[in-house]
Amino acid sequence: MEGGLRRSSETSCKALPSMSSNSSMINDPDQQGGRFNSMDQSCFARPGQSFPAFPPLFGVQSSSLYLPDEKIGNQFEPNSSLNNPTVDWDPQTMLSNLSFLEQKIKQVKDIVQSMSSRESQVVGGCSEVQAKQQLVTADLTCIIIQLISTAGSLLPSMKNPLLSSNPAIRHLSNTLGSPMGFGFSCNQQPNTNDEVTIPEISKTPDYEELMNSLNTTTQGESDELMKCQNPCGGEGSEPIPMEDHDVKESDDGGEGENLPPGSYVVLQLDKEEILAPHTHFCLICGKGFKRDANLRMHMRGHGDEYKTPAALAKPSKDSSSEPAPVTRYSCPYVGCKRNKEHKKFQPLKTILCVKNHYKRSHCDKSYTCSRCNTKKFSVIADLKTHEKHCGRDKWLCSCGTTFSRKDKLFGHVALFQGHTPALPMDDVKVTRASEQPQDSEAMNMVGSIGYNFPGSSSDDIPNLDMKMADDTRYFSSLSFDPCFGGLDDFTRPGFDISENPFSFMPSGSCSFGPQNGDS
Amino acid sequence: MATPTQHHKRRRLSPLLHDLADELLFVILDRVAADDPRALKSFALASRACHAAEARHRRLLRAFRADLLPAALARYSAVSRLDLSLCPRVTDAALAALSTAPSVSAVDLSRSRGFGAAGLAALVAACPNLTDLDLSNGLDFTDAGAAEVAKARRLQRLSLSRCKQLTDMGLGCIAVGCPDLRELSLKWCIGVTHMGLDLLALKCKKLKILDLSYTMEEKIAVQIVKNCFPAIMKLQNLEVLILVGCNGIDDDALTSLDQECSKSLQVLDMSNSYNVTHVGVLSVVNAMPNLLELNLSYCCPVTPSMSSSFKMIHKLQTLKLDGCQFMADGLKSIGKSCVSLRELSLSKCSGVTDTDLSFAVSRLKNLLKLDITCCRKITDVSLAAITSSCPSLISLRMESCSLVSSVGLQLIGKRCSHLEELDLTDNDLDDEGLKALSGCRKLSSLKIGICLRISDEGLSHISKSCSDLREIDLYRCGGISDEGVTHIAQGCPMLESINLSYCTKLTDHSLRSLSKCIKLNTLEIRGCPMVSSAGLSEIATGCRLLSKLDIKKCFEINDLGMIFLSQFSHSLRQINLSYCSVSDIGLISLSSICGLQNMTIVHLAGVTPNGLIAALMVCGLRKVKLHEAFKSMVPLHMVKVVEARGCVFQWINKPYQVALQPCDLWKQQSQDLLVQ
Repeated sequence: MEGGLRRSSETSCKALPSMSSNSSMINDPDQQGGRFNSMDQSCFARPGQSFPAFPPLFGVQSSSLYLPDEKIGNQFEPNSSLNNPTVDWDPQTMLSNLSFLEQKIKQVKDIVQSMSSRESQVVGGCSEVQAKQQLVTADLTCIIIQLISTAGSLLPSMKNPLLSSNPAIRHLSNTLGSPMGFGFSCNQQPNTNDEVTIPEISKTPDYEELMNSLNTTTQGESDELMKCQNPCGGEGSEPIPMEDHDVKESDDGGEGENLPPGSYVVLQLDKEEILAPHTHFCLICGKGFKRDANLRMHMRGHGDEYKTPAALAKPSKDSSSEPAPVTRYSCPYVGCKRNKEHKKFQPLKTILCVKNHYKRSHCDKSYTCSRCNTKKFSVIADLKTHEKHCGRDKWLCSCGTTFSRKDKLFGHVALFQGHTPALPMDDVKVTRASEQPQDSEAMNMVGSIGYNFPGSSSDDIPNLDMKMADDTRYFSSLSFDPCFGGLDDFTRPGFDISENPFSFMPSGSCSFGPQNGDS
Repeated sequence: MATPTQHHKRRRLSPLLHDLADELLFVILDRVAADDPRALKSFALASRACHAAEARHRRLLRAFRADLLPAALARYSAVSRLDLSLCPRVTDAALAALSTAPSVSAVDLSRSRGFGAAGLAALVAACPNLTDLDLSNGLDFTDAGAAEVAKARRLQRLSLSRCKQLTDMGLGCIAVGCPDLRELSLKWCIGVTHMGLDLLALKCKKLKILDLSYTMEEKIAVQIVKNCFPAIMKLQNLEVLILVGCNGIDDDALTSLDQECSKSLQVLDMSNSYNVTHVGVLSVVNAMPNLLELNLSYCCPVTPSMSSSFKMIHKLQTLKLDGCQFMADGLKSIGKSCVSLRELSLSKCSGVTDTDLSFAVSRLKNLLKLDITCCRKITDVSLAAITSSCPSLISLRMESCSLVSSVGLQLIGKRCSHLEELDLTDNDLDDEGLKALSGCRKLSSLKIGICLRISDEGLSHISKSCSDLREIDLYRCGGISDEGVTHIAQGCPMLESINLSYCTKLTDHSLRSLSKCIKLNTLEIRGCPMVSSAGLSEIATGCRLLSKLDIKKCFEINDLGMIFLSQFSHSLRQINLSYCSVSDIGLISLSSICGLQNMTIVHLAGVTPNGLIAALMVCGLRKVKLHEAFKSMVPLHMVKVVEARGCVFQWINKPYQVALQPCDLWKQQSQDLLVQ
């Protein structure tokens, strides 16, 4: 962290005379490099930190970020914010915060000074130096957190874009741990160990100054500021594609493309950062958000200045002069194919891919489907997707395979010769049972009405045989008595009424059988 | 039974018959049956040997009662077609009782209800060689039934029209189970989506005829068209595709056809798909270059560009554009681009003018059939062009072309001597025109209803020359009398159908002379108040094939007529008795006719609810129309009993109206209505 912060400030604020004058301590570059490597991981470990979802465009970003730093020379006064008449925060709290910061900074300064004085005497006291460096790191972490929370309480009167730029500042510091950033910084200032502390010191007023300038500057000035800050905010938040949260495919985003190994920058997030529930934080109340848009919406409640179209606009990303290098991500789990140490390393495309991959592959499956109680998921979106279809595996093939979707079944049936869609058994039962309930009722009624003609059972073949020929009464019509022959005949069709209750029995019993069996 | 003596007896009775080979005998029987359908009955009843021979000869079995099928199939072992359309109710049990009948290849259950999947399973098991199955109107036909049908692996023709409960699952079963399917009708199967059709197109490669009418609702059609049309168009053998009333098909869907091309498709029917415009038609024309028949009725206005796009389908023989609106020159470019056209249908089109039609007809030299019904703008000019440029016309339908004069109509008879079908309903036809028509010696169908100026003399000309006449329509020809009908009856012995409704001068004499036409199966004498039971009895005894009878408002007809009908007209399927003087007795005697399917009994003064119910209980009607007043008088449970046997009630609420209007007054009134 310390390294990262220093790097950012040093790259951005390299023009500041105060910084270079403060950098009195000179350290061994090798040592410095080793320290950076060790910091590499820890700098991600801050709780509540947004993860560095931005391409490492250090030069551009940082220069724009720290543009107000140019005023640091004439307004370097930590308490100056207290004099601001427009503030609506509690000056007492701020005062105590600032004094705490001052104390802390003094502490660190002392340590570093002692280190530098000892360094001039004993060059080889490595272990002691390292212990002190760790101490410095811890203190600086504390300072930064305090600084940010203090600055956050100032923010109601500040323009919104700074909020989105603030995480970016942190990202910047984080990503400086990557090799590229390191090389870059080495070129800039090869032999400055003193920046371990100095940037931090300068950074504190840096922020204060930023707030102050924002509070005090005229509208025109702040507009100018926003012009500079908007892009970096965009850089910071753009690559988090939160919108397609439940797109499972995005997990394998890196697989389809075959980027040559050296053509992209590999970032590796820390486990805690991956699992952090929120990535955007309100600097006023500390509330966390998954999406920067939600944060912007939230900020509206903190004052009218967040309601301007510019404040509410999505930070655009295209104002960066350099094209963004391709960024890919590595899974922090060693041994995973998605880990950069793996022989056949396959990078992950986006932050979201990292998140989903890590949760799916290396975390407990803590979400259980409440319907089936068997399926477990580690990504809640997966659970929701599953619950949509759970228990609806009703599309059945004759081979016994079930499908949750009809089109999948039809694709399966189309693919395999001889397979056919099969109807669920209960469906068949239902349809068979429901086919003729009212009919059977009516037919029973017919039977009870008394149209039962005993002589007309269906094995009465000669009679039936005659009726089948469609002019059976040809004979009868020859010997026909015009008045009563017809009436003689007219009871005959009644026979089939009487037969129906009997003939219905087999089908009736077969249709109601399954129902009884069920109940 | 001593078999030798019996054998001897049989020999003695019909030595000649016994020596004949079955093949020869069957040829003879076929010829006899073609001449007189009832002759086979007489033959079968002549002797036991004849009876057996007739049983062996019988191919079609049309059953009155499904429960007697096992016995019938036992007797007629060679039956290949089983027609159950006269059984309103076929139970599962009746089908389950079937023993194996390998000869049966076709079963018609299109008008039957009451059977389910179990019955179909039994049917399919009993008929292993089933190739043809009609399950239309199976409103309670489910996927379970479809799964059973799918077990008939040799099935080639299957109709599932109006099986609205059928879903993709059932269709999928059939598609997989019946790979030999050639013809399939899924008309009104609204439960079917693109998935089922896709599978069908994949599995049933032999499909020739596919009917998807009314399956494509607006929403799902896009999916169907996008997902299945490519598959359907790839069917190598598909010849007929029917897409009537598919409102969801629009230009977007059709333009997606651009890459597809079906070489085999010959008939495309897209009538009533009103979201299609000329853009979509162009895509269709491009995708199906070998079309022979195209039906775009009630689709879209016909523009010249659309008509000229028909040039792409150079083989086009039949073009139906009923109800379309013709833009300027639209019809002309049809004449230019569809030279091979044989049949053109323009009925109820607006915008058909004399110049356009004359031009088009002058180019269409091969035209055989022309339908210009209700093209009200055309005059003698068009008719002169039609008759001069298409002398080989065999069918001309021009109902209600009111601007054509009687002189113009005479041209038809003078020039088109090959006419077989002519519809001049509601035209200014007179006796001179009929005299000219006597040149059309092949005429088999003549419709001259609402031609008030024709008289007996004109009909005598027809009767002298048109001996092949099978159908004549004299609806509301008030000028004709018994004499004219007698001419027709004597001159046209082949007459099968005659409509004499509202020819108020007719008496029993007409019916007596018509009774000599032994092939008569349809008789409509609605509103002939002078006809009585005596005349009807003549018809009943003479015309034994009578199947449709309309005697509404024949007030003189009473129970006696019904008793005659019940004794002699065993082929009767449909009867309208409204306003007759028939009482319970007549109704009950009528109900003894086994095959009676439809009955309309509205405003029958002599019928009581009890008599009505007794009659309905006895006869196996499919549909009965009753006056609504009966609804309250008939006990509800009796109605339910009758309905359970497959009968559908339709309650009519029309005012009682006895007075008959004179024909000219009626025509005037209906024309006034039209003008409004």
